[in-house]
Amino acid sequence: MSEGHSTYTPKTGLGRWFDARMPLPRLVYDSFVAYPVPRNLNYAWTFGGILSIMLAAQILTGIVLAMHYTADTNLAFGSVEKIMRDVNSGWLLRYLHANGASFFFVAVYIHIFRGLYYGSYKAPRELLWILGCIIYLLMMATGFMGYVLPWGQMSFWGATVITGFFSAIPLVGDWIQQLLLGGFAVDNPTLNRFFALHYLLPFMIAGVVVLHVWALHVVGQSNPTGIEVKSKTDTVAFTPYATIKDAFGMIVFLFVFAYFVFYLPNYLGHPDNYTVANPLKTPAHIVPEWYFLPFYAILRAITFNIGPINSKLGGVLCMFGAIVMLFLVPWLDTSKVRSAVYRPWYKLFFWLFVADAILLGWLGSQPAEGSYVFMAQMATLFYFAFFLVALPVLGLIETPRRLPNSITEAVLEKNKGGSGHPAGATAAPETKG
Amino acid sequence: MSATDIHDPNRRDFLYVATGMAAVVGAGAVAWPFIDQMRPDASTLALASVEVDVTSLTPGMSLIVKWRGKPVVVRNRTEKEMKDGEAVNLSDLKDPIARNANLPADAPATDANRTTPGKEAWMVMVQVCTHLGCIPLGQEGDFGGWFCPCHGSQYDTAGRIRKGPAPENMAVPVFKFISDTKILIG
Repeated sequence: MSEGHSTYTPKTGLGRWFDARMPLPRLVYDSFVAYPVPRNLNYAWTFGGILSIMLAAQILTGIVLAMHYTADTNLAFGSVEKIMRDVNSGWLLRYLHANGASFFFVAVYIHIFRGLYYGSYKAPRELLWILGCIIYLLMMATGFMGYVLPWGQMSFWGATVITGFFSAIPLVGDWIQQLLLGGFAVDNPTLNRFFALHYLLPFMIAGVVVLHVWALHVVGQSNPTGIEVKSKTDTVAFTPYATIKDAFGMIVFLFVFAYFVFYLPNYLGHPDNYTVANPLKTPAHIVPEWYFLPFYAILRAITFNIGPINSKLGGVLCMFGAIVMLFLVPWLDTSKVRSAVYRPWYKLFFWLFVADAILLGWLGSQPAEGSYVFMAQMATLFYFAFFLVALPVLGLIETPRRLPNSITEAVLEKNKGGSGHPAGATAAPETKG
Repeated sequence: MSATDIHDPNRRDFLYVATGMAAVVGAGAVAWPFIDQMRPDASTLALASVEVDVTSLTPGMSLIVKWRGKPVVVRNRTEKEMKDGEAVNLSDLKDPIARNANLPADAPATDANRTTPGKEAWMVMVQVCTHLGCIPLGQEGDFGGWFCPCHGSQYDTAGRIRKGPAPENMAVPVFKFISDTKILIG
């Protein structure tokens, strides 16, 4: 797809002047106007664009919030309340930023599950996938540190629990934890460095996004059939087709986002975070932000020692291992067929995995006691079994459905079968063999 | 390039290696201050020890002081609490190590080893749950010691873990009685 040579022709004198010196307009034209995209992309493919918008929005609202925020343990909580009550439109900007983080994660989870369903990580897109995983890791670090900044009870105790993970590392654990905290407990040095890093990381994310999009434009987009683009009839131009579809997806997504910002601004947060941090009193029930809950459930599921690994270190290893699995997916999946559309067994396991992830999320929000612990252990077992057993084994034993010869054929076949598609009815007769 | 280059390192090879090594050492020297600045600073370390006046604590009373950003409980235990602590069989303990910074690392977790000689009534302990760092509540739970509301860990009257997910007994910090009524922690 990248082989297609540039069709950009500047129309004005100024355009030609620029093109000869720094062909930025050509790059934009080739990447976002003439760029060929598979003609069968569905709405699951609009989340890349939605994520770009969310990143830009988070950076924008974040920068203006930073103009009113004070990173000091004595002043931070008050400065956030000042933003809410005194700063003009401060309440809106803060709610946009706080809910924006949640919706950023909503979008990234849909984006990741789309990749898993359609096998978007398979050759030649392994590097594209890994860059995405790196972005996801950076997002988690950014989200975690951002949640510490308001210096509420959940901020403080969330930071205590999460930095406590590092103390589980043998020998150097305590040293690393003190390095992260700048002290022996979460305190002013911690808040200061988290603020600095919370400001920095989004720009690092933006940098990796550039690499992600670059890699994407080299190998081209995958598509719901998982078949590579073979001819010009398999593609349409990015503009207007993908642009309009992305824009529509964004509008619908932003509608839902706006509903939360204006009508349920605190629904995804925790009321304890409106209590100022108190290092001497733990809230009765510590929970992280919802987007970390599945990993939190995995962390707490390991209540038993495994050989020389005690339960605490075991929990931390499993939690990080859960993310490492994502990095390994391109090599764990042995199937030659990309899309779950043509893989009946994988499709079943994929949806079981989605259900498992949601179950883990729910368990993460529940107290770690009684039957919840056992359920979390079973769900954790399934989580790892999906990656380490289902992905490699299914590729070897599963008989995939017949693949169409090309994207065009798949599209026309589908339109022929579906009586509700008048467009297909007109398109089919011309190409039917 | 001739085949003899491989067998016969010359002056140029030496220069490559020497330059490379200098670059590596230089990069390390530049990187170190950036890592070093993250460690606890002088003002944080200056607060690393505190003095506590315990004159007003009669048996059954506790006070909490902040030491290194963490709560340290000083409790003047009652007769019953001491008896309960001494009565515990070491084999019943989840963590048989004293976790007392004033004793060798492998000292057994007897009631006496959790306190200081001659002052066995006094518990001085970092009141932080060894599971995920919550603050347990005092004089609650099945063992009359401490109970962590986060994930249900239960500690006895000597702060030893008895039940629940926490792996270790609560830590006894470095401390000493500098007079009958004053404790120096840290």
